[in-house]
Amino acid sequence: MAENGIIIKAVNLTKKFGNFVANDNLTFEVRQGEIFGFLGANGAGKTTAIRILCGLLKPTSGQIEVAGYDVYKETEKIKRNIGYMSQKFSLYEDLTVWENFRFYGGIYGLSGKEIRKKTGYLLDKLQLTAARDKIISSLPLGWKQKLAFSIAIIHDPKIIFLDEPTSGVDPITRRQFWDMIYETAHEGITIFVTTHYMDEAEYCERVSVMVDGKIVAMDTPRALEDKYHVETMEEVFLKIARG
Amino acid sequence: MRTILYILQKEFLQVFRNKVMLPIIFIVPIVQLLILSYTATFEIKNVNLFVVDMDRSPASRELLGKFEGSPFFRIVGYAFSYKSAEEALKKDIADQILHIPQDFGKNLDKNKKAKIRVTTNAIDGSAASLMSVYAISIIMDYNKDIIIDNLGLSGDPEPIKMTFSYWFNPELDYITYMVPGILVLLVTIIGMFLSGMNVVREKEIGTIEQINVTPIKKYQLIIGKLLPFWIIALADLALGLLIARLIFNIPILGNIGLIFFVACVYLLVIQGMGLFISTVTNTQQQAMFLSWFFLVIFILMSGLFTPVKSMTSWAQIINKANPIAYFIEIIRMIMLKGSDFSNIKPLFFALVFYAIISLSLATWRYRKVA
Amino acid sequence: MKGFIIKEFLHIFRDVRSMIILFGMPVVQVLIFGFTISTEIKDAEIAILDQSKDNITLELSNKILSSGYFLLNDNLTHYDQIEESFKAGKIKEVIIFEDGFARKLEKEHDAHIKVIADASDPNMASLLVNYTAGIVRNYQMQQYENISLPIKITTEPKMLYNPGLKSVFMFVPGVITILLMLISAMMTSISIAREKELGTMEVLLVSPLKPIQILVGKVLPYVLLAFINAITILLLGFFVFDVPIQGSIILLLAECLLFIIMALSLGIFISTVSNTQQTAMMMSLFALMLPTILLSGFIYPIENMPEILQWLSHIMPSKWFIIIVKNIMLKGVGLGYIWKETLILTVMTLIFIGLSVKKFKIRLE
Repeated sequence: MAENGIIIKAVNLTKKFGNFVANDNLTFEVRQGEIFGFLGANGAGKTTAIRILCGLLKPTSGQIEVAGYDVYKETEKIKRNIGYMSQKFSLYEDLTVWENFRFYGGIYGLSGKEIRKKTGYLLDKLQLTAARDKIISSLPLGWKQKLAFSIAIIHDPKIIFLDEPTSGVDPITRRQFWDMIYETAHEGITIFVTTHYMDEAEYCERVSVMVDGKIVAMDTPRALEDKYHVETMEEVFLKIARG
Repeated sequence: MRTILYILQKEFLQVFRNKVMLPIIFIVPIVQLLILSYTATFEIKNVNLFVVDMDRSPASRELLGKFEGSPFFRIVGYAFSYKSAEEALKKDIADQILHIPQDFGKNLDKNKKAKIRVTTNAIDGSAASLMSVYAISIIMDYNKDIIIDNLGLSGDPEPIKMTFSYWFNPELDYITYMVPGILVLLVTIIGMFLSGMNVVREKEIGTIEQINVTPIKKYQLIIGKLLPFWIIALADLALGLLIARLIFNIPILGNIGLIFFVACVYLLVIQGMGLFISTVTNTQQQAMFLSWFFLVIFILMSGLFTPVKSMTSWAQIINKANPIAYFIEIIRMIMLKGSDFSNIKPLFFALVFYAIISLSLATWRYRKVA
Repeated sequence: MKGFIIKEFLHIFRDVRSMIILFGMPVVQVLIFGFTISTEIKDAEIAILDQSKDNITLELSNKILSSGYFLLNDNLTHYDQIEESFKAGKIKEVIIFEDGFARKLEKEHDAHIKVIADASDPNMASLLVNYTAGIVRNYQMQQYENISLPIKITTEPKMLYNPGLKSVFMFVPGVITILLMLISAMMTSISIAREKELGTMEVLLVSPLKPIQILVGKVLPYVLLAFINAITILLLGFFVFDVPIQGSIILLLAECLLFIIMALSLGIFISTVSNTQQTAMMMSLFALMLPTILLSGFIYPIENMPEILQWLSHIMPSKWFIIIVKNIMLKGVGLGYIWKETLILTVMTLIFIGLSVKKFKIRLE
């Protein structure tokens, strides 16, 4: 399917809402197993782009392939191969941890045996096995976030899309969360993540910086810092944003 | 199929764990049935009558005796001027004024025509026409009596004898009439509100997005969302029928299976509408207002409270597209008259038709996108 | 404070869908009530089983069918058909003339008509039976007129306050009440619960605004909305359906305002005891809307309800308000006739305000 290890390919991706251009001719490629960051202030168009890649929105124009499938015609095939975690975590607050796993596993078509195996494995890895039968609403935010991530990968997707996964979480939990992302990437799963925390950008292998719907810079964090003669991504972003 | 089962399992878990939903689903319908059946009555048991007897003759006293003897009328006061009687209407002390003018008795004795005025508080028009009919029939009765007295026994003034029988509800019990209709109301509220609100709720808390990125098929999701409340509504109907039979003693002359069969189809119409509303709204508040809006219109026009036949012709035409009207008519026919499938066939197929339309509309409108 | 009120207005008026519903609903409801809801009988479908078929039965049939109340659906030939035609649903009444009707009437002075009504709708049945009886009785009277009528009482029925027996007269006050309740109590309780849910209430509470200012700001847009709605309905009733306003308009509007304030304080009270929108919604729906519709005398006369429900109806604010509105609008009475109801509403308002202030304070501490 994906040639030369390119798993996401967008050429001139454009999305308009009426007169408003949310995404303006975005062109980028993401390699398999890569941690690719989408940076930008709120309202820069990150969420719109991620929704298009997940098949939740139709683009206005542009050529886009995800996991080797066309986003115009093959969204259902794309959905089989991706995981998605939104800012809201999307867990059912009134169900237990296990019930959430069972439900999402079930609608991805996993067998009962697979669901149990996978849930056991993922909870074990999170060291949350004891919380298996707790109602989600009773859990701390950091746990919910990790659980939401685990659920997003329960069906072994090729790519996982994370839309602002760390918003509202404390720094220590954020650090732990990124450890989890690294681990997942090691297993060969591609990570596509949007964030507005500039320090998080350092964790990505490559980042693209979005301003007002356009990609204004795209490279490894190190290369960008060198290019703008600064020490951190935070400063890179400030320089770019000020033009 | 397995996918649908997973959704079902999850929906039922959520319903049974919700402290607010459970009572709404099982207790509110019962309370509704009990309270509505007792409150929703147009039956007139008592007419508060105010008497203005300007004549005070034996004849007028005899007529008043007739009113006193009637179970419907309760004389709440006497006055000697029409004005002060009207005051009683104004103060809501009385519903009706019986005004017997001076010379009433004298005119009758002289074989002249005598007049009586019956004034009714007509703010509630339907009650007023019944009250008026009651009063007039008592006066007519009295009239017949004096004719008989006058003619002696020689001739029968009313050679045409009329007998009346009231079929299907010989006691003219209003509750018998209302309960089947209220059952419809009950399953309608459950079907439309709960299935519609459920989807909007997932929209609001964001879980619907998580489901939309999964490869689940649209039809699987829709079935998974509708089926739980379809089952719950049918369970409510069963509960309601039980109460109707045991507490209200409502006869179920027709086939219970037929009632459920029709309900199965009817619920699809209603749930399709609920789902459709959920696809055009973003918050539970909006969904509730919109459902409430349509429900009120449909219910008012359905013939639950006032007969469809009495409505203006365009309203009757609109009612051809009102699923609630069909089901109310069907359930009354089956329960109270024992109608069978061949009797309700045209109504039933109309429901089938609307079920197809409403489900296709909802499915078409439902997008698995943000 | 001013900025805060403007924010509240924007919140409400920007939500186009809710606005359409809020303004559209009362209009549609009044129109529907006005045009469709009616209990008058016209064109009720009947069947006639005429076993005699002589000129008198034909004449009587004609009289019945030309009255405007009845419409012939079917001529039956046999008793066995009666039940089936009732079950098929169309027919509301069957009139049966016995065999040899005219002959018996002339010779024996004793002929029988049997009327069977479908009493699954009891009111319809008793009206139909009464109308039928009236027509037959009139026919007999006319026969006597030729012979010289002995005595006749004529009854002059007079329908006071609503001569046309229009049901809109009844529903306009009811719809106003429901709407004021819906907008004032339900909307405020939901909107406050929503701020609590979203956490924005905290932000407001730590601002320099006093709690009372916050409440006034939240409530003011709804007062205006509710008031506009009430006036819309009154105008609609007046111009489209000729529902009069006999009494003082100023008094009517003042009473509306009192009721709105009552409903708002009730809404605030509900919001202090519920934490989520859903709870507030359900509480308003089941605790406010149903009783408002059922126990207020809006559609159904309270006097005919069981004792317990009549008692219950006394604590329904809407019951008292409906009495007030009906009295001012349709009977044209002044404050002298409705001071008691007004007093009850005022006391209720004070109670709700007191309760919510108490609750509100506890929460702040």
